Amino acid sequence: MTEPVLSLVGVSKRFPGVLANDNVDFDLAPGEIHALLGENGAGKTTLMNVVYGLYKHDEGQILINGKEVEIDDPNDALAQGIGMVHQHFMLVPVMTVVENLMLGNETTRGPRLGSLSDLDEKQVAEDVKQLGEVHGLAINPDALVQDLSVGAQQRVEIVKALYRGADVLILDEPTAVLTPQEAEELFRVMRSLIDEGKSIIFITHKLKEVLEIADRITVLRNGKVAGTTTPSETTEAELAAMMVGREVILQVEKGPAHPGDPVLKVEDVKVKDLREQMVVNGVSFEVRGGEILGIAGVQGNGQAQMVEAITGLAHVESGHVTIDGRETTNLKPRKVTEAGIAHVPADRHKHGLVLGYPIDENLILQTYYLSPFSRRTFIQPKAVRANAKKLVEEYDIRTPSISTLAGSLSGGNQQKVIVARELSRDIRLLIANQPTRGLDVGSIEYIHNRIIEKRDEGVGVLLVSSELDEILGLSDRIAVMYAGEILTVMPANEATKERLGLLMAGVREA
Amino acid sequence: MDSVFFIGILTLALIKATPIALGAMSGLMSERSGVINIAIEGMMLVGAMVAFLGSVAFNNVTGGGMPKAYSLVFGLFAAMLGAGLIAGLHAYLSIHYKVDQIISGTVINLLAIGITNFVANAYIDPNSIAGVGVFPKISIPILSKIPFIGPILFNHAILVYVMLILVALLQYALFRTPWGLRTRAVGEHPRAADTVGINVNRRRYINVILGGTIAGIGGAFLVLQSVGRFQKLMTTGRGFIALAALIFGKWTSVGALGSALLFGFAEALGVRLQLGDVNELQALVLLTGLGLAFLGLAFGLIKAIRRGSDTRPNRRIAIIAIAGIGLITAAMLIDWPTVNIPVQFLGLLPFIATVLVLAGFVGRATPPAAIGKPYEKA
Repeated sequence: MTEPVLSLVGVSKRFPGVLANDNVDFDLAPGEIHALLGENGAGKTTLMNVVYGLYKHDEGQILINGKEVEIDDPNDALAQGIGMVHQHFMLVPVMTVVENLMLGNETTRGPRLGSLSDLDEKQVAEDVKQLGEVHGLAINPDALVQDLSVGAQQRVEIVKALYRGADVLILDEPTAVLTPQEAEELFRVMRSLIDEGKSIIFITHKLKEVLEIADRITVLRNGKVAGTTTPSETTEAELAAMMVGREVILQVEKGPAHPGDPVLKVEDVKVKDLREQMVVNGVSFEVRGGEILGIAGVQGNGQAQMVEAITGLAHVESGHVTIDGRETTNLKPRKVTEAGIAHVPADRHKHGLVLGYPIDENLILQTYYLSPFSRRTFIQPKAVRANAKKLVEEYDIRTPSISTLAGSLSGGNQQKVIVARELSRDIRLLIANQPTRGLDVGSIEYIHNRIIEKRDEGVGVLLVSSELDEILGLSDRIAVMYAGEILTVMPANEATKERLGLLMAGVREA
Repeated sequence: MDSVFFIGILTLALIKATPIALGAMSGLMSERSGVINIAIEGMMLVGAMVAFLGSVAFNNVTGGGMPKAYSLVFGLFAAMLGAGLIAGLHAYLSIHYKVDQIISGTVINLLAIGITNFVANAYIDPNSIAGVGVFPKISIPILSKIPFIGPILFNHAILVYVMLILVALLQYALFRTPWGLRTRAVGEHPRAADTVGINVNRRRYINVILGGTIAGIGGAFLVLQSVGRFQKLMTTGRGFIALAALIFGKWTSVGALGSALLFGFAEALGVRLQLGDVNELQALVLLTGLGLAFLGLAFGLIKAIRRGSDTRPNRRIAIIAIAGIGLITAAMLIDWPTVNIPVQFLGLLPFIATVLVLAGFVGRATPPAAIGKPYEKA
C-alpha cells in the first residue's frame, strides 16, 4: 500500500467529563474516499476538528505524508493542505462569494499597505471561475451567500477549500441538507476530485451513501474505532450493528392503516414570515385518524411555518384549520392544545423543552394548570413527581433522577421526554416535526415504534421530515412541500425516492 | 434669512457634528467586530479630561517655553491613550471575562463619570486653572475661497479635518481592505473567521482599543477645540448620540457621518436660534423643509447608485422631496408670527432629533449578526 497522506495514531480528545475520542487510529490513502461512519455523538466531527486544528488533541500523533505535524489552528491545517467543509457552513451570509473565498488569505492589488491594501476581487473572481470550471462546480462569484441555495453554498465551501490549496478534503455530513439529486451531483463532484488526485474524508451517518461512494469505511462508536471495512465486504445491517453495538431493525414494522374520520383539515392556509414574505401559500390537505401523512421537503420550504400555523404559534393570514371538526384557526396555542393535539417540535432545545427545568417540570408544561398538577393556583409537587416517575418508566427515559435538568440529558433522552409529555395526554392528532433529527439509531427505532403505536390507536399523525427514509418508512400517504405549496399527495406505495426527490426540487408532475 | 445665516449655521453644524462623528467611528470599530460599545460616552469623557490634564501638564513642565500647539498635540495623544486604556478595560471585561457587553459598557460609563468628577473636584480648581487654549483655525488655500461651500467645509481647526479624513479612511478600510473584510467577518460569523485561521478575540481586542483611541480624539475635541477647558460631565450625552448616529448610519462610516451631521445641525440650530435675531418659527419650518428635501435627494441618489438592490418605493422618495420643497416655499412666502420658544427647548433639539430619528426613520437597520455575543471556541 502507498504511504497514507494523512494518518492519525492513537488520538484521544477529552472534554470535561467526556472522552470524545479514545485512542483512535485512522489513515487516508491518496486518491481514496474514506467514509467515517458513526452515530451522532460518536466523535466523528470532534476527530476531524482535531485534524483541522479547531481542537487540540490530548494524546496521539497526526502524520501528513508520513511526517508528524503539529496542527494548532486552522492556519496550520490549511498550510498542510487540509480543507474542511463543515456541516454548518462557515460562510458569512452578508458577504459575496468572492469575499468569503478570500477571507483570511486576501489577494490585494496596488500599493502594498499590508492589511490596508486594496482588495482585488476581480482577480479572485477569475480564479474562482476557473477552479469551478475544472471541477464542474458552477458558482457565481459576485452573488451574496445569503441569496444562494443550500446546494450552491456547499459548492462555495468546496471551492473555498480547493482555493486554499486543499489536497485532503474533509466533508462533514455533506448530504444532510441536500435532495437526493443534489447528493448524486455531489458524489459526481467527489469522484472528479479524486480523479484530480485529491483525497476525501466523508463523514456521515447514512449507510446507503457510504456503500455507494466510499472506498473504505471506518466506523466510530463512543469515540472508539469499532472497525474498518470496505463496501464490498459489508452490508447495511452489519454497518448498523457496528455503529450501535447491537443488532438493529432498520425497517420499521407496521401493519396496514385503518383510516377513520378526518382529525385535521387544512384549507387554503397562507402564512407570512417575519419579513412579510408569504412562506405558506395556500396549503390544503387532511389527516385522518389512524393514518400517518408524511410531508417531505427540503428544510425551509414552509414546513416549519405550516406546523406553527396549525399549532397556533404563527398567525394564519387566510384559510381554515379544523381539528376534530372544530375550527381552530388563530386560536391561542393553549386552546389548540386542548383541542387534542400533540406537537413534537423540530428544535427540541428551543421549542420542545425548557432546558433549565428538571424533567418532572418539563413533563407538565401544557398541563400544569390542570388537576391533579394544580389545585387552587398551587402546583402539587407530589402529583408532578408521581407523573414524572410513571412516564420515565413507561417511556424508558434514561436519567439519574426525575429532577435532573433537561439540558443535561442526551439528545435521544431529551426527545423521549418530549414524546412522553405529548403522547401521554389524550390526543386526537400528533404533529411530529423532524422527530428523529440528530438521534442515534436506537432512539430513532424507539420513536418510530411509538408513532406507529399511536396511529394504531386511531390518532391522526402529521409527520414532517426532510429524511426521505423516515417519510417512506412510516407514512401511509405522502405529500411534498416546495416553496410554500403542497405539490402532490400520493399513497405511500406509489412513492419512490426518485419521484419524491424531483418533487422536492420543485419539478412539478404533469 | 440670507446666505450668511446658512453659512454660519452649517459651519457650526459641522463643528458640532465632529465629536459625534468621532464617537460613532469609535463605535463602528468596536461593533463591526462584534463588541457592543455603549461606553463611547465614558471613553469620550475620559478622553476630554486626559486631554485637558495632558495639555496643561505639558505646558507647565515645559514652563510655557514651547509653542502652544505642542501642548495641545500632547494633550490629544494623551487623550487617545487614556480613552484607549478605558476601552482596553471594556475589551478585557467583555472578551476575556465574557461579561455582558451592555453591563460592561454601563460600568465603564459610571466609572468614567466617577473618575472624572473626582479628579475635577480634587485637582481642577474652577477659578484658577485655565486651559492651554484651542487649536487655531486653518483655512485651506484656494478651497476655502469657494463661495458658500468654502467657508463651511474648509475653514476649520485641525480636528475637524482629522474627523473627515478618518471617516473616509474607515469607509475605505472597512469595505475595501483585508483588515475590513476580517473585521466584518468576525462581527458577522466569528466561527467562520476562526475556521480560516483568523484570531477572533485578538481582532476584537485591537478594534475595541483602536476605537477607544478615536473616542479619545472626540473627547479631546471638546476640550482642545470647543471650550478650551475641562468641565464636569462635559460630554452631555454626545457618546450616546454618537451611538444613535452609528445605528442610523447602518454601521457604515459615511452613513454615521451623515447622521452625525443631522444631529450636529439640530444642535447648531438650537444654539443659533438662542441668539434671537431670526424668526424662530420660520427658521424651523424652513430647515425642516431643507432637511426633507435633502433626505429625498439622498434617497434618490442611493437608489440611483444601487440600482435594483434598494427597495424604497419611488413614490415615497418623491413625496418626501415634494413635501420638503413645499415647506421651503411656505417658509419663504408666508409671513410667520413671532413666537417665543424657550431657550431650554432649543437646547433639547439634538435629543428630540435623536428620538425622532431612532423611532421613525431607522427602518430595518441590521446590526452585525454576532454583535454582543462573546466568542466561545466550540
